Amino acid sequence: MTTQNALNELVGKPYKYGFVTEIETDKISKGLNEDIVRLISSKKEEPAFLLDFRLRAYKKWLQMEEPKWADLGFPQLSYQDIVYYSAPKQNEKKQSLDEVDPKLLETFDKLGIPLSEQKRLTNVAVDAVFDSVSIATTYKEKLAEHGVVFCSISEAVLQYPELVQRYIGSVVPSNDNFFAALNSAVFSDGSFVFIPKGVDCPMELSSYFRINSGDVGQFERTLIIAEENSSVSYLEGCTAPMFDTKTLHAAVVEIIALDKASVKYSTVQNWYSGDEKGVGGVYNFVTKRGHCRGYKSKISWSQVETGSAITWKYPSCVLQGDDSVGEFYSVALTNNKQKADTGTKMIHVGKRTRSTIVSKGISAGQSSNSYRGLVQMTKSAKDSRNYSQCDSMLIGDKASANTYPYIRSQQPRSSIEHEASTCRISEEQLFYLQSRGIGFEEAISIMVSGFCREVFNQLPMEFAAEADKLLALKLEGSVG
Amino acid sequence: MIQPEAKLILDISDLHVSVEGQNILKGVNLQIRAGEVHAIMGRNGSGKSTLAKALAGHPAYSVTSGRVDYLGKNLFDFDPEERARLGLFLGFQYPVEIPGVSNIEFLRVATNSCRKENGKDELDVFEFEDLVNDRLKIVQMDPSFLERSVNEGFSGGEKKRNEILQMALLDPVLSILDETDSGLDIDALRVVSSGVNQLSSQTNATVLITHYQRLLDEITPDFVHVMASGRILRTGGRELALELEQSGYEWVDKELQGGGDN
Repeated sequence: MTTQNALNELVGKPYKYGFVTEIETDKISKGLNEDIVRLISSKKEEPAFLLDFRLRAYKKWLQMEEPKWADLGFPQLSYQDIVYYSAPKQNEKKQSLDEVDPKLLETFDKLGIPLSEQKRLTNVAVDAVFDSVSIATTYKEKLAEHGVVFCSISEAVLQYPELVQRYIGSVVPSNDNFFAALNSAVFSDGSFVFIPKGVDCPMELSSYFRINSGDVGQFERTLIIAEENSSVSYLEGCTAPMFDTKTLHAAVVEIIALDKASVKYSTVQNWYSGDEKGVGGVYNFVTKRGHCRGYKSKISWSQVETGSAITWKYPSCVLQGDDSVGEFYSVALTNNKQKADTGTKMIHVGKRTRSTIVSKGISAGQSSNSYRGLVQMTKSAKDSRNYSQCDSMLIGDKASANTYPYIRSQQPRSSIEHEASTCRISEEQLFYLQSRGIGFEEAISIMVSGFCREVFNQLPMEFAAEADKLLALKLEGSVG
Repeated sequence: MIQPEAKLILDISDLHVSVEGQNILKGVNLQIRAGEVHAIMGRNGSGKSTLAKALAGHPAYSVTSGRVDYLGKNLFDFDPEERARLGLFLGFQYPVEIPGVSNIEFLRVATNSCRKENGKDELDVFEFEDLVNDRLKIVQMDPSFLERSVNEGFSGGEKKRNEILQMALLDPVLSILDETDSGLDIDALRVVSSGVNQLSSQTNATVLITHYQRLLDEITPDFVHVMASGRILRTGGRELALELEQSGYEWVDKELQGGGDN
């Protein structure tokens, strides 16, 4: 087998999360108009402020256009062909996991996210979101003992309306961009996290997003609030079945960190990426932003992006508090016809703010993988520093990698460093490892893990192995 | 050391190999038995490295005809990694750098792949550390090399020591060392040679590909072969290497022109 063929075979392994759960759903009709926005809000029995928020966003959205600057070359999406709300039918107001449809539990079991009591991941609380709604959140009571709130955002809207009202849209305004406006109008569920003053969250928090229906868009919204001197580590995971139509996913995540609070947000994204010809797959248009509001606050993004037909995502930090810290660690793997345009924005406002960006892009097949990042030093950001490192690895000879760093500085007493490199897995490197008894697949896997090591080191312990496995699965097929 | 009854490790008959459509090896014959040290000499382009790479299974080298039996089996039935696990070791002339992959992790994965094949237990991180620290002495390498990326930023001499360290860990049956002496100063050459000598035994065999007599001053070969135009033109004892050192390769041209064959 020639190296090229073997590589093609390796990176083209089937997607193992592509199954569909047969379940009765409460689905509204296709299309989007003001009535649909009102219907979603009423289904969720929302207070008036949220309906207003949605309607304002909807009106702004109508006046906006899909962004084209990322040069992702996808056809105009038909927003009237999408179902904006779909929920599995189940007993109203489930009180415990026992009342959750066993089919749903089984689905999450199959995805490796056991929700049932005896099988739970120890020390990780999970919020499981299926299509438009959260079906279960584990370890809620234990977290409540520490004053930590971890629940679906729908529940938070009803239970903690004043918190939601105060913070929602305060980091990502509803007119921030086309997809954020759409999300603000129709978001159906997502996770809500509140860590009170002085509390270090006693366990990892995790949300798992599952798209099940082919014509349903998933618009989740996550809000994380860390009060003074608190800390939390949060992870999200995502999968979807294989459909030959495109599925839209447009999420918004907002993080607020007050004085000396620290939030670590990690993502392992494995949405269905379409087949080798580029048919089907998830369009992943995500707006994630953290606001370091307080003095010495810290927000750290880590992401492992392996799925989706198109990824458009720039988890960002607004470093407003003096001495606040922003971090972005990213591994993005694209294969076949996947396109990823991902990176970050670090907006330095406070004095002595620091940011670090480490981005690793791996492109295989005929995919294209771009890093796009903005580092901005505003006038007030005296003595602030940024360090960026963007490395690309090419597998095969048909993939492409690009780096677009944007740098704006209005503060002479600040420093910005940018390093970039591109490498290719060469036949000589593969042969060298093979000639030491290391199999072809393992050789590629070792090189890719080595390339990503700096980023994997940033992931929470429990998930670093998962991320390594996910890459191995994408590239190697023999794991799992 | 030559023992006529010793086990036959490698049996090459009439081997033809081409690279990018060009015939490089044009009928190589060679037998190697346990306990023997062979030196292959010859000018640049005579086919020495091609022979080494073809035996190790480099994908760019295609075998067009001929046969190679390794430990009684058809060598070409095996992928490069399988050949390695069966005890075939190639010491590279130009070891590649593999950024991001830590040397010790690489050495451990390689060692365990070979151990597994041979029915031995895989070594955990701690057991392996003990083993590798012991083997480091053979090549007088500093343990700090273990923490660095494979060959990255290593000097020429350090890369070659790292090759011999791998040989020491994998415990091969047949080691083919492709110009291991090139780019070494005299001290490094002694360290590397002494490493090879320590690893040499009655159950394994070594092939040294070299241009220079000075390596053969350190490692005494039982046979010296001279390659030219893709064949082994002449075979002798160590005195053949001395002869080459003195009179060069001019006689090779004469023999080739005269259609001489051995």
